[in-house]
Amino acid sequence: MRIDKVLEGDIRSAARLMRDLDDRVPSAIEELKALYPHTGNGYIIGITGNPGAGKSTLVDSLISVYRNASLRVGVVCVDPTSPFSGGAILGDRIRMQRHASDSGVFIRSLATRGQLGGLSRSTFDVASVLDAMGFDRIIIETVGVGQDEIEVMKTAYTSVVVTVPGLGDDIQAIKAGILEIADVLVVNKADREGADRAVRDLFHMLDLRGGVGRQEVEIVKCIATLGTREESGIADVAKAIDSHRGRMGQQEDARRKERAKAHIAELVRGMLADRADATLRAQGGLDGLADGVVRGEQDPYTAAESVLKSL
Amino acid sequence: MSDTQRKRRILVAKPGLDGHDRGAKVVARALADAGHEVVYTGLHQTPTMIATAAVQEAVDAVGLSIMSGAHMTLFPAVIEALKKQGAEDVVVFGGGIIPDEDVVELLANGVAKIFKPGASTQEIGQWVTDNVSVQD
Ligand SMILES: Nc1nc2c(ncn2[C@@H]2O[C@H](COP(=O)(O)OP(=O)(O)OP(=O)(O)O)[C@@H](O)[C@H]2O)c(=O)[nH]1
Ligand SMILES: [Mg+2]
Repeated sequence: MRIDKVLEGDIRSAARLMRDLDDRVPSAIEELKALYPHTGNGYIIGITGNPGAGKSTLVDSLISVYRNASLRVGVVCVDPTSPFSGGAILGDRIRMQRHASDSGVFIRSLATRGQLGGLSRSTFDVASVLDAMGFDRIIIETVGVGQDEIEVMKTAYTSVVVTVPGLGDDIQAIKAGILEIADVLVVNKADREGADRAVRDLFHMLDLRGGVGRQEVEIVKCIATLGTREESGIADVAKAIDSHRGRMGQQEDARRKERAKAHIAELVRGMLADRADATLRAQGGLDGLADGVVRGEQDPYTAAESVLKSL
Repeated sequence: MSDTQRKRRILVAKPGLDGHDRGAKVVARALADAGHEVVYTGLHQTPTMIATAAVQEAVDAVGLSIMSGAHMTLFPAVIEALKKQGAEDVVVFGGGIIPDEDVVELLANGVAKIFKPGASTQEIGQWVTDNVSVQD
């Protein structure tokens, strides 16, 4: 059985299972169900932030910190699928390749495949496989995003938002939504001018926000390109993640429940959408209905309702 | 009801020591434009790094760009590393400045296709679509 191999740590079997989950092979879902009892021990960390902010570089350095502590690290990095070609270039891994031959590190790249929110539909599942395999830390890097890429918060236990100095008044670019999900805020590229100002600005924004239960967001400066060198600040990032985890301690059950709720809701929506698509296909697609609407014989709502009726 | 959506996944890498990866990037772009998912690992990759990435990423094929003249060692080394990790079913292809007699030998030894420097990106994209099947 493949899941036995996965649980034994067989990399190839695990990678193939992830592939089948990503490709939505029905039998893979059954395998995932069987793996579920083995999940729950890995600590899942989400990394999000502006395009080019240094997320992958930060992940690379975080891997080093965790490896130095003898923790095994799984990474899932998500890049966008082109809506035109359906293809994708998955380039986050480049920054982490020095860990490529470390057997304590498993890096997997995924394309969004049309999913909004900065993750792929399979991200949660792939992270679950890594969890079942016994990885101690599972880091998820989202698509480099504007503002509504907040899905990661629902998947991760600690969400890290990465930004850079020099956004100036544009610091508003990290808009409300993304600030709100941050458990840890990182000002990366602190070797550049304006890092302290960025920290101050973020501090004010958090202060204004006042947020419920979000007062304790730590803001950390970092130079991710310096790896684990003292001046890089990466140790502070890791520490901030740890202290968030500590603070979450008592509420961990609540957070897990919120996470499960969000996941179930997303699955229900996804399954419904799949069923709607299948029903439409079985009925010969949208052409007939659209013709009716164009000819003025039917309004679009009635057309949509007619599809729903036969779900 | 099958919602299964297989997509080809290709790893593009640049093994060896030579310095720029423009060619590899162009190929990566072309394959993505042809609708494939391309894992790009960048410069200076060792055969073991390439094979490990190919296994973790569960790719169908590995495309290597080799301009350094070391193709007669690097192609076999990558094929060997894949085999060692149980991934001998991964298709290996590549491109670079490679003399015809070397091409013949490489093709006889497990490399599926070698593109000449002048090959068009469409040609490469199409070849992958036609020759790399998605494993089940
Ligand atoms: N000066 C400086 N450059 C950095 C730092 N961290 C990352 N970079 C550079 O910023 C560029 C982008 O880094 P990535 O790690 O790829 O950024 P990313 O956020 O993962 O990018 P996307 O995934 O494309 O959104 C690279 O050229 C890095 O070398 C830093 O601390 N200081
Ligand atoms: Mg990145």
